[in-house]
Amino acid sequence: MTDTSAPIGLTAARATPAAERDPKQLQRWIFVGLFLFLCAAPWFAYPIFVMKILCFALFASAFNLLFGYVGLLSFGHAAYFGMASYVAAYTAKFWPVTPEIAILLGTATATLMGLVFGAIAIRRQGIYFAMITLALAQLVYFFAIQTPKFTHGEDGLQGVPRGYLFGIFDLANDMTLYAMVLAIFMGGMLLIHRVIHSPFGQILQAIRDNEPRAISLGYRTQRYKLLGLVLSAGIAGLAGATKAIVFQVATLVDVHWSMSGEPILMTLVGGMGTIFGPMVGAAVIGVMQNYMQGLGSWLTVTQGLIFIFCVLAFRAGIVGTIGRLIRRDI
Amino acid sequence: MFELIGIPPQALLGQLFLGLINGSFYATLSLGLAVIFGLLHIINFAHGAFYMLGAFAAWFGLTHFGIGYWSALVLAPLIVGAAGIAVERLLIARISGLNVLYGLLLTFGLALVVQGLVRNFYGSSGLRYPVPADLAGGKNLGFMFLPWYRGWVLAISVVVCLTTWFVIERTRIGSTLRAAQENPGLVEAFGINVPRLVSLTYGVGVALAAFAGVLAAPIYSVQPEMGADLLIVVFAVVVIGGMGSILGSILTGLGLGLIEGLTKVFYPEASNVVIFVIMVVVLMIKPEGLFGSAQ
Repeated sequence: MTDTSAPIGLTAARATPAAERDPKQLQRWIFVGLFLFLCAAPWFAYPIFVMKILCFALFASAFNLLFGYVGLLSFGHAAYFGMASYVAAYTAKFWPVTPEIAILLGTATATLMGLVFGAIAIRRQGIYFAMITLALAQLVYFFAIQTPKFTHGEDGLQGVPRGYLFGIFDLANDMTLYAMVLAIFMGGMLLIHRVIHSPFGQILQAIRDNEPRAISLGYRTQRYKLLGLVLSAGIAGLAGATKAIVFQVATLVDVHWSMSGEPILMTLVGGMGTIFGPMVGAAVIGVMQNYMQGLGSWLTVTQGLIFIFCVLAFRAGIVGTIGRLIRRDI
Repeated sequence: MFELIGIPPQALLGQLFLGLINGSFYATLSLGLAVIFGLLHIINFAHGAFYMLGAFAAWFGLTHFGIGYWSALVLAPLIVGAAGIAVERLLIARISGLNVLYGLLLTFGLALVVQGLVRNFYGSSGLRYPVPADLAGGKNLGFMFLPWYRGWVLAISVVVCLTTWFVIERTRIGSTLRAAQENPGLVEAFGINVPRLVSLTYGVGVALAAFAGVLAAPIYSVQPEMGADLLIVVFAVVVIGGMGSILGSILTGLGLGLIEGLTKVFYPEASNVVIFVIMVVVLMIKPEGLFGSAQ
């Protein structure tokens, strides 16, 4: 019997001598290039569309922090994304707060949910963890359905004002809004990058690769996993809250289980366990969704086929494959 | 007759009975998941899609070919089971030996494809499937009204579940199956074609789901998402029961159905979530599940 408990993700690239070189330097340069590219992006692409991709890229990267670097497959990230979206939309609309406070409140809600759900879910591993997170997210979905005073039920929270950032900058201007979203995205990505390369992140990866060994080295792995999950949930919440301000809506779609599938698909396409994979996946899937908008459920079929293809033949994903070719972790 | 806190016994027993019906679907589906998991080590995310396909095949047969309920009850599981075997051969077999999470992702993709295709051609509004004429109507038992069809669903589900238990735990083919779970290499050395056994197991597992789907067709409306929503509850049931024991899966499924029915009577707002809440409580007290063993 082959070992089905082998760690998920890419460990092959790391074994080659060239990868022994510090991967951080290359990654820093890519971050610089990415930032310059995104600064220029609104001049050749529709800013709202780019902001959508940035939100989902951050969402997928948050998911990948947990899946690719801790080895925990969460099927319930819609709970964090959607609830943060609701809280941000609700506070921005009905409370006298500025948008950055609304986003912070949404993020804080998701972080807290990550702590509670994490404490429950990390009691099991592997597929059980996936099933538990899915069930907990469904709990949140039913909560959203049954509290129409807060979520406005099927209609969702619409017409959320974008407001004035810090009470000064008018976010109704797409370019100002874009600057804020870009700052949030870069901040979130750099945080993820920092976490992965920190001693804490190294321990997370050790847990992913061999948990019993990490335990025998004296690490309290449950705590590390929980903290990893809280970070992931918080960043997913940041993405969801930002999305609520950008699109000025929060609906049941954001907490539905199909929303939990989105970051999984993006991460698979881009490359799990890579820094830049999820955002590449988010861009690919985002562009695809945009082109297939009128085709209804053919989009679902296509996404399913991509899932199947990636699992069967393209497990490294786009960035993972490139990383293998140039023998670097990116 | 007795009366409980202002709830008439008719309503109480009626809801409890409905709960048992739901429970029998939980039991049949979680049983199939457990059987597949035992040998393939994957959680079949497409289980809900196969359940929907069973219901849909029954509707399709009746609408386009005039195939009646009783024939559908045999044909639909056979067809869906055969499709399952093809899926196992073509797709799932290719990822054996990889991390188990890939199985979950693969079958999730499969579920999206199946649901998307059905929705594309038949829309997402429910299709009606009539209760078979032989089982129309019901009988007033004095303390509650028993619709024949629902009584039949409960009875046949229990029979099917117990038969599955008997085959796995008490027959030669079952002992081969259990041996293959323990040590596939050794079983293969005895001249048993393990890959074929794996394919057949997957086929039987999804055929069980399709059978439940046909049973469900006259009760719930037939629509593409009927399986996906149910499957999430069944996942919670599996977490609560643990997948170690066949009888445990059956008991957990029926028991949780009953509890859900009770909740509908006393606190209807919570009936959607009560199983998830129980899951949380079980995880706090006995993380490996009621019938599971610590790994």
